Amino acid sequence: MTTEIDYTALGVFLFFFVLVTVMGFIAAYWRRPETLAHIDEWGLGGRQFGTWITWFLVGGDFYTAYTVIAVPALVYATGAFGFFALPYTIIVYPFVFAVMPLLWKVAKDNNYVTAADVVHGRYGSRALELAVAGTGVIATMPYIALQLVGMAVAIQALGITGEIPLVIAFLVLALYTYSSGLRAPALIAFVKDIMIYIVVLVAIGIVPFKLGGYGAVFHAAQKAFETKGSGGILLSSQQIIPYASLALGSALAAFMYPHTLTGVFASRSRNTIRKNAMLLPAYTLLLGLLALLGYMGHAAGLKLAHNNDVVPALFQTLFPSWFAGFAFAAIAVGALVPAAVMSIGAANLFTRNFWKAYVHPQVTPAGEAQVAKITSMLVKVGALLVIIYLPTQFALDLQLLGGLWILQTFPALIFGLYTRFFKAKALLLGWAVGLTVGTYFAWSDGLKPLHKIAYGSDSVTIYVGLIALVLNIVVATLFSLFLPADRPQEQAAAPSSIG
Amino acid sequence: MSPVWLLALIPYVGLLWVTLYNRAEPEIFGFPFFYWYQLAWVPITSLLLYIVYRSLQKAGRVSHDD
Repeated sequence: MTTEIDYTALGVFLFFFVLVTVMGFIAAYWRRPETLAHIDEWGLGGRQFGTWITWFLVGGDFYTAYTVIAVPALVYATGAFGFFALPYTIIVYPFVFAVMPLLWKVAKDNNYVTAADVVHGRYGSRALELAVAGTGVIATMPYIALQLVGMAVAIQALGITGEIPLVIAFLVLALYTYSSGLRAPALIAFVKDIMIYIVVLVAIGIVPFKLGGYGAVFHAAQKAFETKGSGGILLSSQQIIPYASLALGSALAAFMYPHTLTGVFASRSRNTIRKNAMLLPAYTLLLGLLALLGYMGHAAGLKLAHNNDVVPALFQTLFPSWFAGFAFAAIAVGALVPAAVMSIGAANLFTRNFWKAYVHPQVTPAGEAQVAKITSMLVKVGALLVIIYLPTQFALDLQLLGGLWILQTFPALIFGLYTRFFKAKALLLGWAVGLTVGTYFAWSDGLKPLHKIAYGSDSVTIYVGLIALVLNIVVATLFSLFLPADRPQEQAAAPSSIG
Repeated sequence: MSPVWLLALIPYVGLLWVTLYNRAEPEIFGFPFFYWYQLAWVPITSLLLYIVYRSLQKAGRVSHDD
């Protein structure tokens, strides 16, 4: 890739970056509440985002900058297998449609801000609450760090070296998140998503023309995989179950993360969520087409030092520099939205389920907002230090484990919406077993997401998070049979029926 | 629970049963089957959820200002 500074590209990049920064600070005045000094306002935008704002916010937050870089990179490297992101981001929506309105209702009725609030309310167990909150914070940290990786790739593509630009961009982000809360990423998401849509539509419309059509692109990719001796544009028979289990496991984990749940809780109504489950797949279509950029990299004959360079290198090779600059700005701005929502989600967890629970139970909503603001700063600085001082691989490995860990909060958060059968201690034990065994498997496999289970002379390879989830559910079910009932804290009586 | 909810399960069958679609033929516009089949599930899933939503509305389980 080019290492000289391209001033046209840099100029376009800076223009959009400054535009977004100004919007981030103005966001505090957008749909202005009486005060931002309340955790509902700072951390959930006042729970009043309608269908369109939620669509942009969750879309911008779930389909992250790192996705834009990493999915085409995985497709470039492995072929069809990298496409599991597509079934994953489709089957997640029937789940969101059916389950998230129930979760939203419980949160709304009881003024809950986080997943751990919901769990505490339902089971009255501080230990289970802490397990869910701690898992959420730890799983989110490497996710924020990966957004920085996405941003760094875009900045390097402009020919700028060193860490100073990344540090500046992130400090600016930290400052406007501090002052505007969730309103900042919600407002920026409009710009970010429109930019990403333009970039991807132009890329998938024009690039194949330059390369001889989609047929030629697939053909070139298949040739490249054959030469390399691994990968292919179809799955090998050993890849079928890993593909399906990764898609399912990822879909179940996706809305357990604090940043996606923050988007759900910030919605105005249950119908807002239902409509978004129908409308958000538009982003999936975009993601599927974006993934094909990996194959276009082969068709364009790119020679890359890192797989992650495939998207920036394509834009540099095939487009004028002003458009390349626009595309890199879209990716960098694309990192800001999820990074902001993630740090807000983590900060809400810390404030509600650690600070309020253990340090200062009498804290006012204004005090909560203040603690959350400071925590969101610290979380971002932490992620920045990780990226600067530790190898990128460390964040990648942790993010993989984070997915496995967050999936283990599924039974505690979701089962209680439907049944009183499960008991807090049993769920806690299931969580601990799933977390420990899953991490052990992943660790002993050399931090790979897939684990081979042998039975007799046969074996099957499955996503390790899903194996851990099954163990988790088995343990939680067995122990729930024997344990006494819990004492719920919440107001709502019976588990909500499907409405 | 209304049987219309079964519609929401169809995408799981269509996409997790991978052997069903791990093939190159038939192609459309140069896209092997594997790719256009999965992309086609995006609008199909939205449509299925819309049908579930409308039927819940008609059955009075979901109101407009819910």
